[in-house]
Amino acid sequence: MPSRTPSLEVRLRDHGISRREFLKFCGMMAATLALPASFAPKIAKAMNTAARIPVVWLEFQDCAGNTESFLRSSAPTAAEIVLDQISLDYHETIMAPAGAAAERSLEEVVTKHKGQYIAIVEGSIPMKDDGIYCVINGHTALDIARNVCGNAMVTIAAGACAWDGGIPAAGPNPTGAVGIGEAVPGLKNLINLPGCPMNVVNLTALIVHYLTFKALPATDPLGRPLFAYGQLIHNNCERRGHFDAGRYVENWGDEGHRLGYCLYKMGCKGPQTYSNCPAVQWNEGTNWPIGAGHGCVGCMSPKFWDHTTPFYERIPHLEGFGVEATADMVGAVAVGAVAVGVTGHAIASAIRSKTQPSGAHGDDTE
Amino acid sequence: MRQRIYVWEIPVRLTHWINAISIVVLSLTGYFIGNPWLFVAYRESYAGFFMGTVRFVHFAAAFVFMASVFLRTYWAFAGNAWSSWRGLFPFLTKRGRQGMLHAFQYYFFLRRDPPETIGHNALAGMTYAIIVVLYAMITFSGLALFGDLHPESIWAKLTGWVLMNAPAQQLRTVHHVIMYLLILFAMYHIYVAWLIDMEEGNGLMSSIFSGFKFLRPDQAPDWIEPEAEAAAPASKKVSSHAD
Repeated sequence: MPSRTPSLEVRLRDHGISRREFLKFCGMMAATLALPASFAPKIAKAMNTAARIPVVWLEFQDCAGNTESFLRSSAPTAAEIVLDQISLDYHETIMAPAGAAAERSLEEVVTKHKGQYIAIVEGSIPMKDDGIYCVINGHTALDIARNVCGNAMVTIAAGACAWDGGIPAAGPNPTGAVGIGEAVPGLKNLINLPGCPMNVVNLTALIVHYLTFKALPATDPLGRPLFAYGQLIHNNCERRGHFDAGRYVENWGDEGHRLGYCLYKMGCKGPQTYSNCPAVQWNEGTNWPIGAGHGCVGCMSPKFWDHTTPFYERIPHLEGFGVEATADMVGAVAVGAVAVGVTGHAIASAIRSKTQPSGAHGDDTE
Repeated sequence: MRQRIYVWEIPVRLTHWINAISIVVLSLTGYFIGNPWLFVAYRESYAGFFMGTVRFVHFAAAFVFMASVFLRTYWAFAGNAWSSWRGLFPFLTKRGRQGMLHAFQYYFFLRRDPPETIGHNALAGMTYAIIVVLYAMITFSGLALFGDLHPESIWAKLTGWVLMNAPAQQLRTVHHVIMYLLILFAMYHIYVAWLIDMEEGNGLMSSIFSGFKFLRPDQAPDWIEPEAEAAAPASKKVSSHAD
């Protein structure tokens, strides 16, 4: 069972995090979850009284980028506060034990806290050739996922790879990589936090939501929480005014780029990507890609390595028409060809009607 | 003397021109949305809304176009023989196939006499079948892209499955390429209408304004009309004329 320990506030004070900072964090979480400010005290109360929940963090075919996103932030960090409220019992990148001891702690969580722990999955799961492309301690990623996620209270797919396979699943997908939802179908309480990486604020808010309400937040048809993935980036973008006015960056580093114009013509995927990036931003609200002058690549949308590339074009080039042939070039050539054809036909018809009158125009001589 | 026959009923002419105008508007605005080539806003961005206006016009024109196509589809079942849905499938009947061959030979200078018909010729019907498919594809891809902007809308619910399977970018390319195909069609369509008008002398160009065509007294019934009427076509035509 989850252990009873001193309240979170007390523990945080030991870490040098003041009550004021803790309450600021609770207010930020309420805002991230799109709740009114009145929920901040409720979150604080829930965080203080909730029992610590064991969490295991599984890494499969990944780059540990979501771990980086989770851990790399300034103090007092959202991660620090949540790390104190959860009990991160297994995380290959940051855990102290190694080898058999590490595997034992995973085993312990699964058996002792069956149905009462949170499993966070990072990385895709290879399905091809019996899943031999990702094997940890003699078990394939698929076996581990079935065992650990199958017995978990909640499974969180952190990042694009755990959601839909991410870059390992991008064509030609040599390992047959899939996300956790597809690898272990019928998983109860699965929540997806796609992104490359996922935003730590959203992971934190998700856990806070669960601790506060004992329930998972509302999700969209893709299993992504609506508080984080319910708004189009384009609709909340700081450059939207330039978009509507018709002011666009034409080339990297041009006048418009320096003036912060819209990155639409540079292939920005903000107009098709749902995420709260413009609001919560990254690295503790320091900045975000579009703010830094680079278009969105749509990393929070499905199959983004295949579906939103090329990243720097609004309308992709046409395949099968040679290198660098845009739809517009092909279209212009076709229009020209038809214009020539029509003109030629008209001239030929004119010559024919001179040499062979058709007998039309009323004098029905045929 | 040629006889004056009422061929194109009001819904046919109305939807023809709504389609024509909305396709022009949609092509101009759509091209701009895909590639905003004009720099329009030197003033502060709060003072300009050019792209916003262009998108509004595009969406509004798209719904007008859809309504028009919807009305025309209804009329394909409710209207006269020359506006019937049967006109899209000339390859299904023997007379239709003969008519297609005739028109094909005429267009390629293989025979002299143009395919004189009351409504459109069989090859044109075949072309319109392709246009109907293109209309469906461009409307559907447009609605899917529009629905992606409004995930709670009915359009998103109807078309959401597309974006689950096809990237929005590819959908946008399809949408864009179909615009070019419709432009190609428009060029061919206007040229052929002009050619047939001159060659057949039937007032084809004015018929899409007035509805009336001028046909020979011995004009045979179209490939599209039921065989039963083929015996005595004249009475129907004269009564249409009297309207």
